[in-house]
Amino acid sequence: MLKKKIEISNLRVGYGNEQALKGISLDVYENEILAIIGPAQSGKTTLLKVINRTVEFIPGVQVEGSVKIDGQDVLDVKNVYELRRKIGMVFPLPIGLPLSIYDNVAFAPRAAGVYDSTKLDELVERCLKQAALWEEVKDRLSSLGTRLSGGQQQRLTIARALSHQPEILCLDEFSIAVDPVTTMRIEDVLRELRSQVTIILVTNLVQQARRLADRTAFLFNGELIEIDSNDVIFSNSPTNRVTYDYVMGNFG
Amino acid sequence: MSLRHRLDTVTEPIIERIIQLCGISAIVFVFGIFFFVFREGSDLLFRGFDLVEFLTSPQWYPDSVGHKRYGALALIAGTTSVTLLAMAIAVPFGLGAAIFISEFCSPKLRETFKIVIELLAAIPSVVWGFIGLTLMNELIITLFDAPIGLTVLNGGVILALMSVPVIVSIGEDSLKAVPDSYREAAEALGATRWQIIYRVLLPAAKNGLLAAVLLGIARGIGETMAVLMATGHAVKIPHSVLDSVRTLTATIAAELGEAPVHSDHYQVLFLIGVLLFTISFFINLAADLIIKGIGRK
Repeated sequence: MLKKKIEISNLRVGYGNEQALKGISLDVYENEILAIIGPAQSGKTTLLKVINRTVEFIPGVQVEGSVKIDGQDVLDVKNVYELRRKIGMVFPLPIGLPLSIYDNVAFAPRAAGVYDSTKLDELVERCLKQAALWEEVKDRLSSLGTRLSGGQQQRLTIARALSHQPEILCLDEFSIAVDPVTTMRIEDVLRELRSQVTIILVTNLVQQARRLADRTAFLFNGELIEIDSNDVIFSNSPTNRVTYDYVMGNFG
Repeated sequence: MSLRHRLDTVTEPIIERIIQLCGISAIVFVFGIFFFVFREGSDLLFRGFDLVEFLTSPQWYPDSVGHKRYGALALIAGTTSVTLLAMAIAVPFGLGAAIFISEFCSPKLRETFKIVIELLAAIPSVVWGFIGLTLMNELIITLFDAPIGLTVLNGGVILALMSVPVIVSIGEDSLKAVPDSYREAAEALGATRWQIIYRVLLPAAKNGLLAAVLLGIARGIGETMAVLMATGHAVKIPHSVLDSVRTLTATIAAELGEAPVHSDHYQVLFLIGVLLFTISFFINLAADLIIKGIGRK
């Protein structure tokens, strides 16, 4: 049996009167790519925000249930900064911090207290290589990260997310602002990373989930409709009829 | 072509012209004021007025019967010392308050703070001068055992109190203008609040923060009434913050009414105006160059 990296049980998240997640239970195994699909407003992003505890910056949010990483409930974690360093996060729109390319990647290590310049140099190079960006930017590491093209910036944020050697990498619809060629390159990168990290891929591209993931979870209106291996979800007979309709593009 | 479209072809150029005029008028007014002030003082320059003496001599005796001397160095020193002290107090406090209000306050508390700070900015300068003349004066005499409380320290503190609201208000606006996505991204990377502030927010908001500081300085240099009342109005180069001084602006305010129109004295006062103009021009220029210098990287 595979080792469970994240165990989510009966997770409820509400913003005021609205329920974003209505009691979700699912496990994420170590070194798998788990895709989370579902139409807009189904709670996918909220789920990621609970995992790295950035959900609490939303005013009036209520979180119930438990989310355990390696058996430790993240909702009880005191040092959230350390928790967040365990998790790499990539947002839908590439957010290059207004710093140089180098400083963007070195941001998290520095925040964690790494200042040794040879170590940082190595780390920056390794992360940029992992994100398939090194060749394009190695001669201009000191220019502003925000000047890169959209696709390059998204790979920069992936390099940045890898810079603190996370155990879990969460990607939130990373391909929204990226051209198809870059998307395929990033997908290749993710396949390679799989041996080192656990990847949660939130996407509204059903085909992307089919191509990349080992298992896929289908969220709809804050409820988990189905989670299973790709063979089942993308077959002609997933357990739930709604899943079939969504995957086939009948709605959503 | 419909009537609507035909109207557009007429109104569009007119609106464009009006907007153009608005833009040009700003430039015209600035140059107009500079020209007027310079014209009033320039006559003296052509009659062999000693500019070097004006800028380097601390002897300011415009009313002397035998030997009138117009050395503005003591006045320049007065303005500089009061402004520097005010900025040394106001910049750290103002930026600190801006960061606190923008990053650490709950929305409700933030609104309260902003209202109070805007109220602070609305206090007329003569009221500040009054506070300097009475309250601060006594406070300084008691605290430092000084013979007189109307000093650089008094004027500096008063000016700082006047500049802080400007710095806070504009600084807070520029911090708020930093997209939340930057904060989220930095948070997700495990940065603490303080790390987010000095690694992400301050670099991102640097132009606005610099503008805030500059407007504070501009207020300091240009302020007249409050410093006139709070600094003791004594023409001398200060040796400590407990010395009385007189500023450039206060000199114009106090003496222009007494000086006969088009006399030497009158024209020298206008030259002081030109000097003030030049100082603010160079401060703005320096700021522009700094911003461009940072932005080029």
